[in-house]
Amino acid sequence: MTGPLVLGIETSCDETGVGIVRGTELLANVIASSMDEHARYGGVVPEVAARAHLEALGPTLDEALERAGVRLDELDAIAVTSGPGLAGALMVGVGAAKALSIATGTPLYAVNHLVGHVGADVLRDDRGELELPTIALLVSGGHTSLLLVRDLISDVELLGETIDDAAGEAFDKVARLLGLPYPGGPQIDRAAEGGDPRAIRFPRGLTAAKDLDRHRYDFSFSGLKTAVARWVEQKRDAGEDVPLADVAASFREAVADVLLSKALAACRDLGVPRLLLGGGVVANARVRELAQQRTAAEGIALRIPPLSLCTDNGAMIAALGAQLVEAGRAPSGLGFGADSTLPVTSIQAA
Amino acid sequence: MLLAIDTSAGTGVAVVDRDRGVLAELSSPDTRGHAELIGDYLREALERAGVAPGELSGVAVGMGPGPFTGLRVGIAAARAFALGIRRPVVPIVSHDAIAFGRTAPGIVVTDARRREVYWSRYGAADELGLPVRLEGPALAKPDDVPTDAELVDSPLVPVGALGLLAEALSAHGRPFAADEPLYLRSPDVTLSAGPKRVTG
Ligand SMILES: [Zn+2]
Repeated sequence: MTGPLVLGIETSCDETGVGIVRGTELLANVIASSMDEHARYGGVVPEVAARAHLEALGPTLDEALERAGVRLDELDAIAVTSGPGLAGALMVGVGAAKALSIATGTPLYAVNHLVGHVGADVLRDDRGELELPTIALLVSGGHTSLLLVRDLISDVELLGETIDDAAGEAFDKVARLLGLPYPGGPQIDRAAEGGDPRAIRFPRGLTAAKDLDRHRYDFSFSGLKTAVARWVEQKRDAGEDVPLADVAASFREAVADVLLSKALAACRDLGVPRLLLGGGVVANARVRELAQQRTAAEGIALRIPPLSLCTDNGAMIAALGAQLVEAGRAPSGLGFGADSTLPVTSIQAA
Repeated sequence: MLLAIDTSAGTGVAVVDRDRGVLAELSSPDTRGHAELIGDYLREALERAGVAPGELSGVAVGMGPGPFTGLRVGIAAARAFALGIRRPVVPIVSHDAIAFGRTAPGIVVTDARRREVYWSRYGAADELGLPVRLEGPALAKPDDVPTDAELVDSPLVPVGALGLLAEALSAHGRPFAADEPLYLRSPDVTLSAGPKRVTG
């Protein structure tokens, strides 16, 4: 069985991604990251990211076509991230995708980045089908969102999202105040090795009873970041050594705990026995471990796509595009723009 | 035949032919909406000109100077279109398109936002009628732009002229601009001195 041959372009944050799929088969997934250029700023600088996209897009397109061994005139469709994400960064991909579509006469599908993260799961090698409905927890430096996915291309609901920092941003900021380099996720993971996750009880944002009414599935990490900063400053002010491993482990535990507590609450409340993870923070060892423990304890099926498909990439956009093509959806018009706040209910932009 | 794209100010797309001139030209002075407009303009320009993508010999594009977010849309589109038809990109300094067709010396000025302008100084056109840029493009406060020649203040980059200039340069074996965007400004970032204290 062969599905439609689709090329996907993703430029919503700091990764220039071009992926090519045939239905649910992954043919190429090429990523150029501008992460190193952001390192000295301690976080993603939108203008730096957008400039890097413009330079990386052509070479990334060429490499993806070469790796997949396909020609542009063989494509059945092109898919591109329309949002959400950084507006200036998204515009590079949108402008390029429209031009490529017209130059080659290939239908164009403008898709939602967050739903793309869920769509990545159809590309798994073991070919286990994406079972629905599922709760999806999508966590990166750019977003922290909890979704209820009843149907990948027609029914996605936002349950909650961060009201301040994304979880990945919290890792970056805490790494910085601990004197660790960017990106913070892997640094915190390393520093936490051998640390006691229960050494310090850092706050779990929006988990108090009074917050659960309005923010049952929302996240907040800015208070946690401040709490870590305050704790570290007090130690330093008192002339004491900062127990780096314990601080890192306790901070990481707080993030993982609140992410999984809310995701599992959604599974329970809504009677959905499946949880899917996506986004770059899935690379965090403790987040994965805690997800495995807690879902196993509650009899919830856990799906984690391979890491290369969890971080932002073009293959997930292509995969979602292929699903739309297979379902017989009409292509998007040419008038869509870059929508930095595109809601998850807009799976395909008109 | 060339496709020409410029988004250094508004959004402009044209199809030009060395012998027949401008076959189709669409442009909007709107300094926003580049990403929204570019697709319809590309399709419409090709349709009006009655030209299929495969008939084009390349894609001319204005490399700026221009405010970065919009500028990038046109360059990204030009590069992707060129990749799509496996033909070269022909980079052009956008100010050169404004100067093209003038014979007298002058100073081209365009809006850079944030109370600044981009400017380039041109001498008299050369023997082929091509613009001769002597200085710039540069970024300046409006008061700091030289005034010793006629000011050519343009809200629009004539994209048909940009395409014809690209045709003329290639016909005469003249060099094109460098294939890099003329932002003329660094990204707005300051290196912070480190984390701020949260306790007093
Ligand atoms: Zn993402």
